[in-house]
Amino acid sequence: MPVNLSFSHRRILLLLSWLSFILPASAVVNKTEIINKNDTVTDLEEIVVLADAPSQDDIISGQTLDGKTLECMNALNVADALRYFAGVQLKDYGGVGGIKTINIRSMGTNHVGVFYDGIQLSNAQNGQVDLGQYSLDNIREISLYNGQKSQIFQSAKDFNSAGSIYLWTRHPQFEDGKSFNLRVKLKAGSSDLINPSALIDLKLSEKVAATLSAEWLSSSGKYKFRYRRKAVMTDEIMYDTTATRQNGDVRATRLEGALYGKIHRGSWMIKAYNYTSERGVPGAIVNNVWRRGERIWDNNSFIQGTFRKDFSDRYHARAMMKYSYYLTKYVNKDTTVMMIDNVYRQKELYFSTSHLYNITDNWDVSGAYDVQWNTMDADMYGFVYPTRWHNYISVASSLSVGRVKMQGSVVLNLVSDHTRDAESPGNKTEWTPAFFIAYHPFRQHDLKLHGFAKRSFRMPTFNDLYYAEMGNSQLRPELATQYDVGIAYNSVPSTGFFTSWGVQVDGYRNFVKDKIVAYPKGAQFRWTMLNLGKVHVTGLDVQASMMVQPVTNLMLTLRLQYTYQEAYDVTSPADTYYRDQIPYIPWHSGSGIFQADYRGWAFNCSFIYTGERYNQQENIVYNHTQPWYTTDLSLSKTFTIKNYTMRGQVEVNNVFSQDYDVILNYPMPKRNYRFTLSFTI
Amino acid sequence: MGRIIVFFIVIMLLAACREDEVVVPTEYDILPGTLAPVESEIDGMYLVNEGNMGSNKCTLDYLDYRQGYYVRNLYAERNPTVIKELGDVGNDIQIYNGRLYVVVNCSNKVEVLDAATGVRIGQVNIPNCRYIRFYRNKAYVTSYVGPVQLNNPDAVPGAVYRFDTRTLEIEGRVAVGYQPDELCVLGQYIYVANSGGYMAPNYDNTVSQIEIEGFKQVHKIPVAINLHRIRSDRYGKLWVTSRGDYESIGSNLYVLEKKQGRNEMVVTDTLNVPCTNLTISGDSLYYYATEWNNYTQRNTITYGIIDIRTHQRVSDHFITDGTESDITIPYGIAIHPENGDIYVTDAKNYVSSGVLNCYSREGVLKWRVRTGDIPAHMCFRYKDE
Repeated sequence: MPVNLSFSHRRILLLLSWLSFILPASAVVNKTEIINKNDTVTDLEEIVVLADAPSQDDIISGQTLDGKTLECMNALNVADALRYFAGVQLKDYGGVGGIKTINIRSMGTNHVGVFYDGIQLSNAQNGQVDLGQYSLDNIREISLYNGQKSQIFQSAKDFNSAGSIYLWTRHPQFEDGKSFNLRVKLKAGSSDLINPSALIDLKLSEKVAATLSAEWLSSSGKYKFRYRRKAVMTDEIMYDTTATRQNGDVRATRLEGALYGKIHRGSWMIKAYNYTSERGVPGAIVNNVWRRGERIWDNNSFIQGTFRKDFSDRYHARAMMKYSYYLTKYVNKDTTVMMIDNVYRQKELYFSTSHLYNITDNWDVSGAYDVQWNTMDADMYGFVYPTRWHNYISVASSLSVGRVKMQGSVVLNLVSDHTRDAESPGNKTEWTPAFFIAYHPFRQHDLKLHGFAKRSFRMPTFNDLYYAEMGNSQLRPELATQYDVGIAYNSVPSTGFFTSWGVQVDGYRNFVKDKIVAYPKGAQFRWTMLNLGKVHVTGLDVQASMMVQPVTNLMLTLRLQYTYQEAYDVTSPADTYYRDQIPYIPWHSGSGIFQADYRGWAFNCSFIYTGERYNQQENIVYNHTQPWYTTDLSLSKTFTIKNYTMRGQVEVNNVFSQDYDVILNYPMPKRNYRFTLSFTI
Repeated sequence: MGRIIVFFIVIMLLAACREDEVVVPTEYDILPGTLAPVESEIDGMYLVNEGNMGSNKCTLDYLDYRQGYYVRNLYAERNPTVIKELGDVGNDIQIYNGRLYVVVNCSNKVEVLDAATGVRIGQVNIPNCRYIRFYRNKAYVTSYVGPVQLNNPDAVPGAVYRFDTRTLEIEGRVAVGYQPDELCVLGQYIYVANSGGYMAPNYDNTVSQIEIEGFKQVHKIPVAINLHRIRSDRYGKLWVTSRGDYESIGSNLYVLEKKQGRNEMVVTDTLNVPCTNLTISGDSLYYYATEWNNYTQRNTITYGIIDIRTHQRVSDHFITDGTESDITIPYGIAIHPENGDIYVTDAKNYVSSGVLNCYSREGVLKWRVRTGDIPAHMCFRYKDE
């Protein structure tokens, strides 16, 4: 939800029974209590398995999209869904297989932490997570936090990023007497998309449950796109060409399995994940070049585990572990450009332990220690085989005084890199302090004033530091400081026409310095990376949501989100782009989602607007990029026959067939369609 | 609540004005200092901006000595119906018999325009084309893409393509070394500087000698690794630059001459000066070099003039008023054949507008003007061309 609601049992019940279509009713009551206690839906994760989770408060609630909303809203992958959050800008290279990354509040992709079931997905090579690779098939909830998730019982890494996204997968839940759930689903659509998936939950015992999820996706990646130019004065069409996107095909398989267990006053979870894909890299459309030959193979696996126990009423602890292995093969056999055939391998080992102690009912302290080891190898000339040890130590405390809640945290980061055959850069030490505060002025009204201040950083990636020729081992971390103040209001839920509504407004200023940018090196189009950039961001995020029930059984939901951002490059007054808006950040952007539910029918209309922006640093006419706005529609019907549930959905995306580029020369699809059938036992 | 919705709708509508994409307009800057005397044989100078790879922002600028204008980005307006404009990464520009040839590297083509109007005549498709020179109505273009060898499919040697400048038909190609860059015509031969840039660390180190008549490679002359520029002077010598490996081996400048009674060029002098780009005017070779210094984390830029008769460096700067420090990355150099004005382009950070600087023969800044992205290659247009 863009605006976090909740405060009354009844309201939550209503909300959940309407929203959590996948969850059986028996779980809801249990959840209600906890959610009320936690003031967030994010904690469903623990709730399902752990009814006795310690109280945790989000001082500033995040933005959330739940499974039901996601299912209806024409999103194929996580990136599609994240476009509907305030303050988020997506870089989308187009099509099913095109890379999709996001930045939050103009701070750059590398400042975003993406957490999958509570543990960060990282990529030491380039620091970016391709969110297009993460399917929504088994996602129960996505939430986004500016600054950090303002709770204190979490790993040190949770406190570390400038902004975080949490992807929570579905958990097994069983109705009374049932010991398994099964769902099969088939999606098909434009660009020869075929996407079957299956999901099985098994109740192995009263305390242990398993879930298996598998998915296969294939698409030719072919879609029509159009470029058109008119004469400046006469409106005469100078050229108008429609072509088919080539070499954007993708075939991907996702396999995921998890075991969930309960122990006395605790729980554990183990998850294994594998994603393999082969895809073409469609490349930029430039004059005389309409197809390219690069291909990428990915084989990403990880295994992760979480163990949590409440050792007393006051002392709670959690441990997490992860091992991941990413293999990427990049091949170019197009003889017109440089031939490439490289394999990159990354390994990561992560361990975290976090501890919470409730000193009083209103005062908690926590401490966490995380350690992560990353290594990479590549069959490239001059590769230095870097290894990184990153230690994170966090301490945090939260305090409620009257109607004021606050939280402070600090993370000490110790990073050391080692390279083979090259001088290793010096060790780095960085502090990440943060302070969050919220004030409820009225007892009767859910009005909240909140604010936060945080300093964070992003480490230079292995590519930044060591990539052949381009890397610069002398790089320092890039720093970001954020200040935010906001106000949130949620109406008292009623049974009348207006069921509920809420608004949240946040103003913020971000200061990015020592920004890692590419800089020309020597002669002839060569680059290096330098800590050169400086960006000041001033922004405003507005979110609103409303639920209306005009007649019985008809529920209308509307969510709106608007972002205004000035993200100025203030590196040096000598630059021609001094105080110009940084590339690909629009001043205005926004989205709207309208959903209507009536007796198993669900209609969704999602609208996205991205205003004018520039595709390079200078804000001049040659770099100007037009606004774009797309409207996506979907209609679905759910049938229940005995114990079986069937669901069919039709989606039309880019209804008005707007021709647009999100990234210059990477055209996006015109109108396209998707059909979904699912069957649940 | 209603007000909030109205607020959103109004914001959306206000900001939503998406316009039709229009042809990018040409811009004119008045530069009175550039007006040429009536008797001048030179009407103007074309400059091609490379544009960053993938940006499709190769653009064409023109310095008009008759009107005193700098004309920025004229291709799109002169040729509005060309889909996706001039293309991606310009790499060379030359005028021959009244036609302007723009080598557009990543668009795999040589664009042929009328030199007087900038209007398109046609294009010649040559994959990964680099530089162009002419001889007796034929154009010769280096390309990184030659015939694929069956025994070594991953290392494609480069080639020189030949096309007829009247019909724009490709007549053939001859394989040379790896990743050939500049070429020059001298006597009955074409000399090609092979870089081997895709083969690092196994760079090529040869100059290919092509006999024009039979259109075949007759010699490969070893010079140094990673060759780039090759220019002939009026004494029949070749000046060849190497880029080095950007690490332990620096850039260097070599002189090739024919040994008495032999038809082969051999290296006769190594100047031991780093050289990124050069231009020869009279007996003076103007050059600059840009080399990255890992210790200072800055580019070291050097300028100089070499006397081509003695091979001695006669000056270590040709910009004399101290304004060379304004240049971030010198990227192109040209000298006006009549008045000796020195043009040096500045590519800045490669992803923003560059600058064309004009210095007098004495090295004093006369004017500077904003260009497109990565201003790089220049050629003069003579009257009646």
